[in-house]
Amino acid sequence: MSLAVRPARRPMSLRDRAWRVADALAKPLLPPGTLDLISPLRPGADLAGRVERIRLETPDAATLIIHPGASWAGHTPGQYVRVGVEIDGVRHWRTYSLTSLVDSPDGRIAITVKAIPGGLVSNHLVHEIKPGALIHLDDAAGDFVMTTPRPRKVLFITGGSGITPVMGMLRNHLHELPDVVLVHSAPTARDVIFAGDLAALSATGRIRLVTRHTDSDGMLSFADIPAIVPDWAERETWVCGPGGMLDAAQTFYDAAGLAGALHLERFRPHLIAAGDGGLLSFTTAGRTLDGDGATPILETAEASGMLMPSGCRMGICFKCVLPLTEGAVRDLRTGEITYAAPGDGVAIQTCVSAPAGDCQIAH
Amino acid sequence: MTLVAEPRFDLDDTLPHQAHPQLVQVAAHSSRLSVVGTGERVLHPKPSGRPDPTAHLSAADLEALGRELDALRQQVLDSRGARDAAYIRKTIAAQRYIELGSRAVLLFSLFPPAWILGTAGLTLSKILDNMEIGHNVLHGQWDWMRDPKIHSTTWEWDFVSPAAQWQDTHNVTHHTYTNVLEKDSDLGYGLFRVDPDQPWTLGSLAQPFWSLLNALFFEWGIASYDLQLHSIINGEMPKDEAKRRWEAFRGKIIKKLGKEYVLWPLLSGPSALTTMAANATSSILRNLWANGVILCGHFPYGVDTFAPDSIENETRGQWYVRQMLGSGNISGPWIVHFLSGNLSHQIEHHLFPDLPSNRYYEIAPQVRDICRRYGLHYVTGSYPKQVASAWAKIIVLALPNKEEGRSRASIVAEAAGEAMSARVAKFKARRAAKRAR
Ligand SMILES: Cc1cc2nc3c(=O)[nH]c(=O)nc-3n(C[C@H](O)[C@H](O)[C@H](O)COP(=O)(O)OP(=O)(O)OC[C@H]3O[C@@H](n4cnc5c(N)ncnc54)[C@H](O)[C@@H]3O)c2cc1C
Ligand code: FES
Repeated sequence: MSLAVRPARRPMSLRDRAWRVADALAKPLLPPGTLDLISPLRPGADLAGRVERIRLETPDAATLIIHPGASWAGHTPGQYVRVGVEIDGVRHWRTYSLTSLVDSPDGRIAITVKAIPGGLVSNHLVHEIKPGALIHLDDAAGDFVMTTPRPRKVLFITGGSGITPVMGMLRNHLHELPDVVLVHSAPTARDVIFAGDLAALSATGRIRLVTRHTDSDGMLSFADIPAIVPDWAERETWVCGPGGMLDAAQTFYDAAGLAGALHLERFRPHLIAAGDGGLLSFTTAGRTLDGDGATPILETAEASGMLMPSGCRMGICFKCVLPLTEGAVRDLRTGEITYAAPGDGVAIQTCVSAPAGDCQIAH
Repeated sequence: MTLVAEPRFDLDDTLPHQAHPQLVQVAAHSSRLSVVGTGERVLHPKPSGRPDPTAHLSAADLEALGRELDALRQQVLDSRGARDAAYIRKTIAAQRYIELGSRAVLLFSLFPPAWILGTAGLTLSKILDNMEIGHNVLHGQWDWMRDPKIHSTTWEWDFVSPAAQWQDTHNVTHHTYTNVLEKDSDLGYGLFRVDPDQPWTLGSLAQPFWSLLNALFFEWGIASYDLQLHSIINGEMPKDEAKRRWEAFRGKIIKKLGKEYVLWPLLSGPSALTTMAANATSSILRNLWANGVILCGHFPYGVDTFAPDSIENETRGQWYVRQMLGSGNISGPWIVHFLSGNLSHQIEHHLFPDLPSNRYYEIAPQVRDICRRYGLHYVTGSYPKQVASAWAKIIVLALPNKEEGRSRASIVAEAAGEAMSARVAKFKARRAAKRAR
């Protein structure tokens, strides 16, 4: 695994310094959050961004051009950013690969989102959100990035929205890469995200582009790769696409003994299906308990001798709230399921929540 | 084992971040997690012999009522969304801007119109901060937005009581044990006698005076109550706990007093003294208003109290009934609701302390209808009427309860006589001991 190197934070300008002074003054003088109302993107504020423009790439995919807050520390091409958006009043966090230039003169960043049928956040970002909307951001992260020194020969294999981190790399690194092959799959021609950019790169001969329209040509099988890219084994390879594609790539490269040349990015690492009960891991205490699906987490933990915050034990006082860092719980009063993906840290009331699958709780 | 949730959605749906309730068997844990009781009702008259105010309801009534209120709660949960989030965000923004504006105006408070405008603005900002925002955020009413900054675990307010300490006494003790004698210390805060079933002492005579003092300095009264000052002083609280509480309290006071009586006055230059006076005045005005609202919540005539043993194995239905009978509303135009943090809908708030406050007025007609159908009173009245009623109770209960064949005056006289002779006896004993030496 290569560790991504981030560009250094930009030097402080006079304006930055003025905001730091304002922050320092506001702290003792004003209630929290006052400056956030006035300038949410100022230096020192929690990382946020303003959607400036939305460009439709296909009927169900769009690129969002975002003006990031002053605390944005930059990114390495191929990395992703966690994006928090409010939908029906609730903040949801999802991860999107950055597709923009790392050093765009206006400092804007871009993500490209494909709306998944029934997908809450992706549909909101493609179809609902309006320019001007404020979104929450996290620092860029991820190690699906170009290796250093730059490989002489590169192969990208992508499917659907999996083109996004690769587009980020192509836009930023192509001048450093003499020999690039891109094998991209999408259901039909109209579903190809960045079709224009890719066609242009291919027309000038900068990359060799193989597009596969899976509705008519059938799914790409890795057995076909040697036929499509005869020198595949000499190429440093990046694969991003549906889970099945990634699993097949792993198997194929493992079998060839070339796992070291393979880089994968999974867009959907965690599939939680709500069940009944599960393992309860308390990350601070370092304890793992067997949680049954009908007993509140609070009681299971206490029965094992753990000290837990609690109050009313009936769901009204919020004294027992702890962050669910991963997993699913069921509200024993309403049956409602709450999910948390890594990094979410959703606050749950342990006195009325039972595990609905394996859970990690920060306590 | 009892059933608590009916399936209302497809069970095979596996979309994350969406509700898909499923039938769950809940083992017998806290009895209040279920609306189904374990058997026939046992009634619990109060120590004075006054009847259990829920006596007319059967176990089946309580269960049906519990289900109706659960459904009402679900109705709000199902429609909770962007409109509500926008409401609290706007309210917080308004409060922040009002505070900022008022403090800026007070920089020139030497000039009387600026003083008046700034003090009025600051009073309004403090009222909003404490009630519609602070009280409700700290109840977790907005936790569902998953905004870590508008969250019960992170919010802090412009009130001397540190948020976490207030949550202990208020959310845990008061909301769980609402109006249960000996258990809910909010029934008179351990200082006042607000129910005939609470014991009378000679000290009760002074309670109108203490109550007035408490109204003026409400913020400090609540803070020392939340700090559990009495158990710190008489050594009941473990040392390290007492230290932790004291330090949190001290930190809060230093910050708050530093802001209002040092930093802003310093910035005000020649207006320093008038700015201090504006801070003090707005705090007192806020205290008087907030104290009035709180008095209306549980002290007016008509609001019920409950025997200490009445809550054993209490179901959620019973708990709901206790909340309705044990709370009182304030009627009036929307501004009264807004400025009281919707505690004017105390009944609705006590039923559903974690529902967004802007929804209480919407469900009030349905709650009122449930009360009517189940033969439960729904205490409500205008602010002046309810405040007067609470004060009348505080004054009347400063005197002992009437007893058969004895006037209140004679009971007071007797208690005073006893106290006096105890004093005299003590004095004599001390003198005798002295002489013996
Ligand atoms: C490192 C990383 C980078 C990513 N980069 C991008 C990107 O650049 N562009 C982009 O469009 N998406 C990207 N994703 C996926 C993105 O984070 C969301 O998972 C996706 O937008 C779906 O979210 P949703 O809220 O719309 O769907 P949800 O409402 O969460 O789910 C709706 C349905 O879709 C299924 N589902 C969830 N995620 C996926 C998925 N990724 N593929 C197929 N089905 C899914 C769910 O199981 C569910 O059935 C990335 C994910 C990761 C982990
Ligand atoms: S203990 Fe009161 S809400 Fe959980």
